[in-house]
Amino acid sequence: MPRALAIRSTVLRLAVGYAALFAGLALVLAGYIYWRTESYLARQTDRAILAATETLLERHRAGGIQALIRAIETRLADEPDEDEIIALVDGTRRIVAGNLESAPAETTLKWFELEILRKPANSTARVLRVPAGDTHGLYVGRDIQVRLDVRTVVAETLLWSVLLAFAASILIGLLARQMLARRLARISSVADRVVLGDLSPRVPLSGAGDEFDRLAADLNVMLDRLSELVDGVRQVSNAIAHDLRTPLTRLRGRLETALGGADSPARFRASAEAALQELDQVVRLFEALLRIAEIEAGHRRAAFARVDLAALAEDMVEFYQPLAEQRGLTLVADLAAAECIGDRMLLAQVVANLLDNAIKYTPPGGTVRVATAQAGTETEITVDDDGPGIPEAERDKVTRRFYRLEASRSSPGSGLGLSLVVSVAKLHGGTLDLADNAPGLKARLRLPRATV
Amino acid sequence: MRFLLVEDDLEVARFVIKGLSEAGHAVEHAPDGREGLYRATGEAFDALIVDRMLPGGIDGLTMIETLRRTGSVTPVLILSALAQVDERVRGLKAGGDDYLTKPFAFAELQARLEAILRRGHAKAVETVLRVADLELDLLSREVRRAGRRLDLLPRELRLLEYLMRHAGQVVTRTMLLEAVWDYHFDPQTNVIDVHVSRLRQKIDKGFPRPLLHTIRGAGYSLRPEP
Repeated sequence: MPRALAIRSTVLRLAVGYAALFAGLALVLAGYIYWRTESYLARQTDRAILAATETLLERHRAGGIQALIRAIETRLADEPDEDEIIALVDGTRRIVAGNLESAPAETTLKWFELEILRKPANSTARVLRVPAGDTHGLYVGRDIQVRLDVRTVVAETLLWSVLLAFAASILIGLLARQMLARRLARISSVADRVVLGDLSPRVPLSGAGDEFDRLAADLNVMLDRLSELVDGVRQVSNAIAHDLRTPLTRLRGRLETALGGADSPARFRASAEAALQELDQVVRLFEALLRIAEIEAGHRRAAFARVDLAALAEDMVEFYQPLAEQRGLTLVADLAAAECIGDRMLLAQVVANLLDNAIKYTPPGGTVRVATAQAGTETEITVDDDGPGIPEAERDKVTRRFYRLEASRSSPGSGLGLSLVVSVAKLHGGTLDLADNAPGLKARLRLPRATV
Repeated sequence: MRFLLVEDDLEVARFVIKGLSEAGHAVEHAPDGREGLYRATGEAFDALIVDRMLPGGIDGLTMIETLRRTGSVTPVLILSALAQVDERVRGLKAGGDDYLTKPFAFAELQARLEAILRRGHAKAVETVLRVADLELDLLSREVRRAGRRLDLLPRELRLLEYLMRHAGQVVTRTMLLEAVWDYHFDPQTNVIDVHVSRLRQKIDKGFPRPLLHTIRGAGYSLRPEP
């Protein structure tokens, strides 16, 4: 399965990477310890050799070669130090004094390392060569075999600990991989079910509040939104199926009537015209539904710009003024500066829908008022009337698609006007309140105010 | 007039061709974008009517864009099943002159076609518009009929100006809403009708011959003869 492979490679890469980094750091640290230890020991040895050499040369300067020879012999006899090596060599490269069997071959270097015969095993010594007088050469040194052994032990120990650290980090990596895979498996199983079309499963949270929980919570929010959208689509298709059938049935009826009256041109024409009107109504309903669906899907935000709500309300009032007058209504505007960020056409449609409702349902002699205002972070546009209003129990329902009050079933309208208003309000991050205007209805659209 | 219709749906094509032929125009038909582009670049047409979604690799918008790149300025009316505002904007950006959503009434198609043809032949700067004895002075914004001055509100003036600029043509309610109010939405009630009837009250009442006519099932037309 490709997904499992991907997990393995990612986590394993991570584990190996960490192991390498860990081992690298351990190696650097070990190298440093080794270097410090080694150089400390080396300095100690050299200091001892220099001190001994200095003491002997002092005797040479005071009493010549004979004094030096005596000093060497006394030193070797009185202070037996197993590790100390002294040899005085004359011009013919013969040992004059000291504890070496033969003169060291080295005659050029000042400091050198010398293989010496020892029991039970041979060992290595570090030796300083200095001239004593014109003919003789003095060799002073120390057996450093112990130091070399220590060095080896330290190096080996360090190497082993690096290897151990490397192995441990690989092990930890593998464990982490297992843990990650287990937690990812929960997410993948949910994803697999969603792919199969079931939007109900949610990723369980471990309660730890860690990155995985946050990811799971984000995914769950995404799935919630997704099922909301799918439900919306389902609702629209149900609504289309249900509410387009009625006008389509009427349309069909009209066309059948037309066929029945085909012998009379006048009747045929009348029926065909009525059928066309019915058809236009179907198309309008269909467009309103699609528009609501489109708005709810949130695609329209791309067209957002600064909108002067007061100017827009003024346009709408001017647009509806003749209609209001024709119906014997007074339409008044009470407009204060109000701006928001939004879609001008949709907001115009909203105000038109609210005004249309108010004008349609307010009896002659009534007043319809449009107001805009802004305060704090909100801007609002209100349409109120002194008509019959909406009974409190019905106020929530009127914003549903196709819901129409008993009293208004006979008047023209799609039953989509207010649900479109609600969709547009939601798209803009606002709300629609319907309240009692005592008497009448007060519809208030509240939107976030445009910030400079 | 000679038109090219690029439309893959044969039934829609037949309907449009029949309507335009009856109005006395010659209509050529191309069933896909490739042939449409070929004919539009090779022959002279007064206007193109192009369906937005076409089979055969070249869709309507691509066809129009390509055509415009060759320097063609032939007016184009786009027909489309995509009604969203941004689709409309995309259509106009591609080089279309107007955008008509399916399904449409034939009268709407004809009215919009006439409007874009008129746009191509914009007359030199006019300062006075005249239809019969009705006059609109564009500079002083004064309206006179038979020498008598009429009082019009600013919006009524704009409505009248649009009708006069399209005198003799049929203009639909949607065209008026877009052109005079600069809004593109669906006014649920026939608000436009109320505006037009007020205008009619002012320009036709008291004169023997009405100029502003209602065209059944289509819209309005301002012209001397009924």
